[in-house]
Parts: sequence; C-alpha cells; structure tokens
Amino acid sequence: MPKLPPGLSSKDFQEAIKQFEAAVGKQWVFTSDEDVALYRDSYSVFLGEPEEIVASAAVAPDTAEQVQKVMKIANTFKVPMFPISTGKNLGYGGSAPNLSGSVVLDLKRMNRVLEVDDKRHFALVEPGVSYFDLYRYVQERGLKVLLDLPDPGWGSPVGNSLDHGVGYSTGEMRDHFGSHCGMEVVLPNGELIRTGMGAAPNAKTWQDYRYGAGPYVDGMFSQSNFGVVTKMGFWLNPLPDAYLSGTVTVPKHQDLVPLVDILNYLENSGITNGMPQLGSPIFGGPFAPPDPELGPMMSKPGGATPAELETYGARKGRGYWSCGLQFYGPEKVIAAQWEHAREKFSSIPGAKFQDGPSYKFPLTPEQIEKSHKVTVGVPDLSIFMIGARSPFNANPSHGHVWFSPIVPRTGQAILDAQKVFTDAARETGLPLLNGPAPLPATYYKRAFVFIFGIMVSTDPAVNRKNREAFKNVIKIAAEKGFVEYRTPPAFQDEVVATYSFNNHSLLRFHETIKDAIDPNGILAAGRYGIWPKAMRAKRA
Amino acid sequence: MIGTNMQRAAIFGLLAFASAALAQTPTDAQLKQGKEVYQYWCWNCHGSGAGKPGTEALRAKYKDTRPADLEQRTDLAPAVIKTFVRKGVSIMPIFRKTEISDAELDALAAYLARNTGAKSAN
Repeated sequence: MPKLPPGLSSKDFQEAIKQFEAAVGKQWVFTSDEDVALYRDSYSVFLGEPEEIVASAAVAPDTAEQVQKVMKIANTFKVPMFPISTGKNLGYGGSAPNLSGSVVLDLKRMNRVLEVDDKRHFALVEPGVSYFDLYRYVQERGLKVLLDLPDPGWGSPVGNSLDHGVGYSTGEMRDHFGSHCGMEVVLPNGELIRTGMGAAPNAKTWQDYRYGAGPYVDGMFSQSNFGVVTKMGFWLNPLPDAYLSGTVTVPKHQDLVPLVDILNYLENSGITNGMPQLGSPIFGGPFAPPDPELGPMMSKPGGATPAELETYGARKGRGYWSCGLQFYGPEKVIAAQWEHAREKFSSIPGAKFQDGPSYKFPLTPEQIEKSHKVTVGVPDLSIFMIGARSPFNANPSHGHVWFSPIVPRTGQAILDAQKVFTDAARETGLPLLNGPAPLPATYYKRAFVFIFGIMVSTDPAVNRKNREAFKNVIKIAAEKGFVEYRTPPAFQDEVVATYSFNNHSLLRFHETIKDAIDPNGILAAGRYGIWPKAMRAKRA
Repeated sequence: MIGTNMQRAAIFGLLAFASAALAQTPTDAQLKQGKEVYQYWCWNCHGSGAGKPGTEALRAKYKDTRPADLEQRTDLAPAVIKTFVRKGVSIMPIFRKTEISDAELDALAAYLARNTGAKSAN
C-alpha cells in the first residue's frame, strides 16, 4: 500500500478498498506501488521531492451508478477522493490530486460519446471521452459539425471545460465551459442530479436550453470540489462552408492600441469570428536565428527603445505588431468580412495586409497536414513541441507548468502587462519564456490570456526556486490587476488568495457551500483553495 | 537528477537484455492489436509528418543514426517501450492502465519491436 489517506486507519482503508472493489470490479481498483505511481503528475513541480502530491490508490468506475456507489463508500470511511477525466490536464496538475493520500477517481473508462446532433449542433459525452474520440465519432458518421479544440487532443471536453479551457474557433465555442449545455453530476453524498432541462424527465432540450427553472448551478461544478460530473453537453459549430485567414501588420509601437480596439470592434460585432493572434514580427518570430543587429540592441540596459525598434523594423521591412484573423462561414461572406476588416485596419497609417491560408470544408488530407490543425477542427498534439528536444532545444524539459493571467483586451493593457511580467521575471528570477514582448496566447472573446510556460527541471533546487518565484509573480501580477484564471494545485491557494474582495468573501461563500454539501470533506480537498473545514488551516 | 539517471540506467540495462525479450514471438493478432494501440495512442506524437513532437525530439536526438519514426525502428526492445509508457520521459507523460492496459501494452511493445533483430540492437 503506497500511502494512507490522511486521518484513515489502515484497517478502514483496507475495508474501503474491499468495498470499492465490490462496486467497480477488483481489476479497476489500483493499490500497488507500481500502479499508483501511474497517477503521479508527469509535470509535477515537486519532481523527485518528498512534497510531491501523490495518490494512495485509484478507483476506475465505468458508469455514473458506480460513481455513486464509490462516493457513498468514501463517505462511510471518510476517504478523500479526487476525480480526473482523461487525466491529461498537463501543466495544471495532470492526474494527481491536490491532497496527498487522496484516492483518484479515474473516469477514463467512462468514454462514451452518447450523442452528436448535427441539426441542433450539440454533443453529449462522458468524462473519459477525449477530443480525439469525439473527432473520430464525428468523422466516422460524416456529421456536419466543427469541433472547437484546445491544443492537446487527448484532453477531455468535460475536464477541459470544467477547468475553463479555451479553444481556437468561434468566439462562443472557444469558451469551453461557456459553450456547455447541461450536466449530470454525482454529489459528494452520492446523489445524482441533472442540471437545466435534464432535471425535467420528459424534456427533450437538455442540450438546447441551459437554465431550466430556478438557480443556474452549473458553474458550481467547475474548478471546484462540489460534485463529480458524469455527463456533459456541449454546443458545436455547424460545419462551415469555408475558412479564411489574413494578417494585418502595423509599423509603430503605439499602433497596438488602435490595433486591439479595431480587433475588438470586429470580433464583438461578429465581423471576424475565429481566434485572433497578436504577434510581434519585429523580433523575427519564435524560432528566428539570432540577429547580430537586434541582439545588442535588446541586451543593453533597459533594452531597445520603441523608437529604435521602429527604425529597425522599417529598415528590415517588418511590422512592429501583427494581428492574425480567422473567419469561418460562407466563402463570399467571409471574403467580404476580411475586406471590411482591412478597411477598418487601414485607418492605422502604414498598415499592411497579407492573405493567409483559406480552405473549403471538408479539407483534404493534404490540406489538413499543412494546416494549423486545431483551427480547422482536427485534434492534435503538436503543442508538445514546447519543451521537447528539437534543433532549437538541446535540453528537453520534464514538462512545464503554466502561469496564466487574464489581461484586459486593450493595447495599453498589453503594454502594461509586458512591463509588469518582464519586471517580475527580472525581480524574481522566474524564467517567463515568451520572448522580449509577450503577447496573449489564448483569446477569450472578451479577455486576453497570457500564458507563460515554466519548465520543470530534474534539479529539485531549480524547481524549489521557481515555485517560490511563481508564488511571488502571482502576487506581483495581481497587485497590478493581472490575476490568474487557472493554475496547478501547487499554486491554487495563492491564486485564490488574490481574489480577496471584502476579506475573501467569495472564498468564504465557497467554503459555506462545501461544508453544506460535503460535510465529510471527502471530495477533491483543496481544489482551487476550497478546503474542508477540518483542513482549512492549510489554506495560504 | 536522481530519477532521470536511475531511469536512464534502467533503460540502458533493458536495452542490454533486448535479445532475451526477442525470444517471445508475437502472434498476428497481437501485432494487429499493437498497431491499433500505436495509432490510437502514439501516432499523434510519434508518427510521420509535420508537427509530431516525439518524432521531432528523436530526430534531434539521433540525427541520422536511427529513424525518428518509431514504427521504422529496428532496435527497440519490448521492455524499453513498456518503461517509457509507464514512466514517461521528458515531456512524454505517464500512461495509466485505464488508458493502455497491460495486455494492450504487451501488444504495442510487440508491434514496435517487430523489426528488432533485423539489424544490430545498438
């Protein structure tokens, strides 16, 4: 037995395991050292240290009924449980719990695509379904929908949306939690509920209308520990006729301000509907070879001034900033939308335009191979080039954790954030590896998300130093108004502490709910700072 | 460095005993299952074509001395495959038994080691 859950006697734990085995089948309860080690967070920032958060066992039910049985047994013996979907939330905790000694409730076996409707454009899936699985289901049946995808295709639509993951296609669908519709949830006491229209037994609108009647409670089950989601509906894009992309570049440092203003107008008006992508071509792109002219300019104290960079950019024929746009829709319509976008951006002196790839759906295999796959609805894993060995990286990492603050959608906020994060990196020594001018990496329709990858080292001293620096950067950024939306378990207490309005009244409200619906505190203790009453002293 | 060095030592040790593992002859059904497991779980990182992080990492590691595409390798021992799947390496995560069962892993390992022995293991 690798580790006992905190507060449990060996005898009670053995009995709980025996009852778990009766509930789900002996082969689906994992207790050996070797098997439990498979639930380690592969990207843990505690790699090789005694503080690493590890499970005591794992239980893998196949149905919601089995989840109910498991939760009832866990309540009887006060066994801490931690649910995972596909367990691939890498960089944000992977398949490991928040509390060492928890039993992982591994929902991977619940991998059924229950329904995909390409007339009303929704899917209903279980938590063990991956984006790859959903894509295969759609392709095998020739269904006319376009999936919105995060970068790693092995993620779970359920798990990703519950952790507020973001995708690449239309603004509405990129918000994976925002585009869900209807849930089935096992509460900590083992009771099964369905939300929205799912609570009305004869309603045929569970995946069409979110709210039902009365309070809308779905948000309680995201980034929380109030229930185990066993089914979840998602709205999908209809398969569009065509895809078109283009890029605008602007020459001046301060052009970022009107660039973002116009982008917001276009996106919030529905004139451009795909994920935008801001860039800084002046620096030559992420894999550009060192530039003998730029290098010395950037490395002098204080770095290059905007005026120097503008002169350099003009000489090199590079814009200072760029904004990639993507359009999904009928071919003639999106061509007109791109034309209108060009007209709007032309108000910025010196703006230049370049057409990007365009396709008709469905794409040919050759087109898919050449495309940025997730933008055309094809799940992929190419994002894992980050940190992997490559011609540009002779020292591969052992994973990474993400620092992911939300930033307002203005050009000035980006410039302010760049200064805050650059200064914070210098002050704390945290290697925020996004180049000289970090830009949003992910785009909610109404908010930017900066994402910085902090590489996990095999040297515990480096990880210890980075953990402390990470915590400091959380505080420094929050003081300037840039607060994280999502973080690994190692930093959840610190991030939640930055949501401190009225003496942390939101967290205290969450704790009130926790105490009411999970009085034994058995479900996902510590997730996003919500600790059971008996463990609340652990809170940062 | 502890974990990584131990893991590397284990892997090199396993490579040394590759010939012992070759004694097991996989069935056609096992190879078919192994290929299916490979295509489902491994191909998106280790297959041919652009944007495959595993393939690119192995290309950078071995240069032209070994194929970057795992399916083309002739020097893989089943035990090595199993170690990487269950322990992870670099950015490749651990795979649990609810993802790849022991029987599926046996089949996968047999499939990727099917050409081993055609050329020298090292």
